[in-house]
Amino acid sequence: MTFMKSLMGATAMALTAGAALAEPAIIFDLGGKFDKSFNEAAFNGAEKWAKETGGTYKELEMQSEAQREQALRRLAESGANPVVMTGFAFGDVLNTVAPDFPDTKFAIIDMVVDQPNVKSIVFTEHEGSYLVGMMAGLASKTGTVGFIGGMDIPLIRRFGCGYAQGVVAANPDAKVVLNMTGTTPAAWNDPVKGAELAKGQKAQGADVIYAAAGGTGVGVLQAAADEGILSIGVDSNQNGMHPGKVLTSMLKRVDVAVYNAFSEGTEMSTGFNVLDLKSEGVGYAMDENNAALVTAEMQAAVDAAAEKIKSGELVVHDYMSDNTCPAAEF
Amino acid sequence: MDYNTLLQILDSTLRLATPLLLACLAGLFSERSGIFDIGLEGKMLAAAMASGAVAFLSGSVWLGLLAGIGASLIFAGIHGLASITFRGNQLISGVALNFLAAGMTVLVAQRLFGQGGRTPPLSGDARFNPVTLPFAESLRDVPIIGPLYYEVISGHSLLVYAAVALVPLSWWVLNRTRFGLRLRAVGENPAAVDTAGVSVVGLRFAAVAITGVLCGLAGAYMATALQAGFGKDMTAGRGYIALAALIFAKWRPVAALWACLLFGFFQALALRPDVVTAVIQVKVPVPFLDALPYLLTVLVLAGFVGKAIPPRAGGEPYVKER
Repeated sequence: MTFMKSLMGATAMALTAGAALAEPAIIFDLGGKFDKSFNEAAFNGAEKWAKETGGTYKELEMQSEAQREQALRRLAESGANPVVMTGFAFGDVLNTVAPDFPDTKFAIIDMVVDQPNVKSIVFTEHEGSYLVGMMAGLASKTGTVGFIGGMDIPLIRRFGCGYAQGVVAANPDAKVVLNMTGTTPAAWNDPVKGAELAKGQKAQGADVIYAAAGGTGVGVLQAAADEGILSIGVDSNQNGMHPGKVLTSMLKRVDVAVYNAFSEGTEMSTGFNVLDLKSEGVGYAMDENNAALVTAEMQAAVDAAAEKIKSGELVVHDYMSDNTCPAAEF
Repeated sequence: MDYNTLLQILDSTLRLATPLLLACLAGLFSERSGIFDIGLEGKMLAAAMASGAVAFLSGSVWLGLLAGIGASLIFAGIHGLASITFRGNQLISGVALNFLAAGMTVLVAQRLFGQGGRTPPLSGDARFNPVTLPFAESLRDVPIIGPLYYEVISGHSLLVYAAVALVPLSWWVLNRTRFGLRLRAVGENPAAVDTAGVSVVGLRFAAVAITGVLCGLAGAYMATALQAGFGKDMTAGRGYIALAALIFAKWRPVAALWACLLFGFFQALALRPDVVTAVIQVKVPVPFLDALPYLLTVLVLAGFVGKAIPPRAGGEPYVKER
């Protein structure tokens, strides 16, 4: 009994201590913290916050699908606030967990969860993909470009659809070859299959390939570099992975989203939050690694389109709005 | 579908079938000696990590290959110790080693390079580069055979040719040498081998060691030839497909080659759904193509395509006296 008491006392103390500190926490999805892409962008945002504020944060890397709910509850119970998670797959789980922790704020990236203590952050990937698609269309010499997605989900189709629209806008006769790596979460982490898909697309004439596939994209970029064709990175700036061989990268500022959520701390605003081209939530990457690949005309054309999208003059069709795509067939 | 598309798919088939073939032959030696090995996947993963890491650190792909074989041999040794010396359950030992490899490879790579369990990208001599076979360029213009030779047969890494060459070698060792006869006997009736005065434990350890070497080749091929470095879980279940191929091939080396080529062909087809649709005029879902190897294996196991009989003493530890 005494033991129980002391145990409960310790738990209570731990809880109050946690609440007083209120460290933010982040959960990385199955692609892994260092996927050089989506999750790594989130990690960079968290690190930036830690460096600037001197604060510490809790982190957790998912290892299997079965851990989701447990991981989320564990972090919420530990007093972490806010809890940020990267990835659409947390949607259902968060919907059941969030009501159990009304005093904890949650932020989810890439998914909308309608709960009073949840901030849903979504990006307009179709706009960013449209811009890199235009660039691909302009850079392609064969008139055929490729797209390799990770897991076949509406979100990734949104990337592919925006990309295809951009390609066609730049070159109406261009052909877009679309492939998805798989239908399970393992599709985020199969560089060998990604490389084979890239080689297959090259055989179909593609000379620019856009990979929106997490860790699988590493294989796509590698194969493209080996085969002497261009590739386009995603989420993080991947231009430096094969300097001079990556045309550009579609930037999705997951780092900014995580940084902002951490900065707002326990006072984080909740609700629906869209990061679009206008608010610089998406964009394309230019640096010294791809400067030689992108001509001034290409950049001018893409920037002009970006301005039109920002002003609302040009609307890029969002695949997830009606599950159809005017420029490509999935 | 035109001829060039077919060649491209066959080219892809050969690349994808190679790790399957090496792993399948590895499993063949082990299972023929009576040791089931679920741990092919784990051994390949360990070998991929070790070869990627050492090839990067030393700059030599050959040292990387040796390291891969070494890592795989260590895992094979543990499996042998657990299932031969201590007569443990072979399936459990194999599964445990798979888990160990999945976690440890990422841990070690992260510790060494700090890139999230990935080894840094390899280039130049740290990688097996494509080999152009003799006369490939000059024969290229010969109709039909020229492009086939140039596109499909030539231009792979050395390990692809090694894997294919290992098929007749395995057949010869198993069917034409004293060692092979004893190896097969120990998988069927170890007591008889023991009565003849041959060490059952020694033979089984030799078989498990061969498995280790072959899995090492498979892992090194994935990390240093197919890809330019190791990535977390990069084998992606190929060890299990190899086991399925082994059953499909009914534990015979030459049949294993065809089974792996067939499974590799399905994998290559799954990468080109447009071609499949064009040929059969029906849109086939990609997951169905991915599942085909397993479906075929189930059909074989159910006895629709001949009967697959595993080695009789497979899975049972040998106890000298009862």
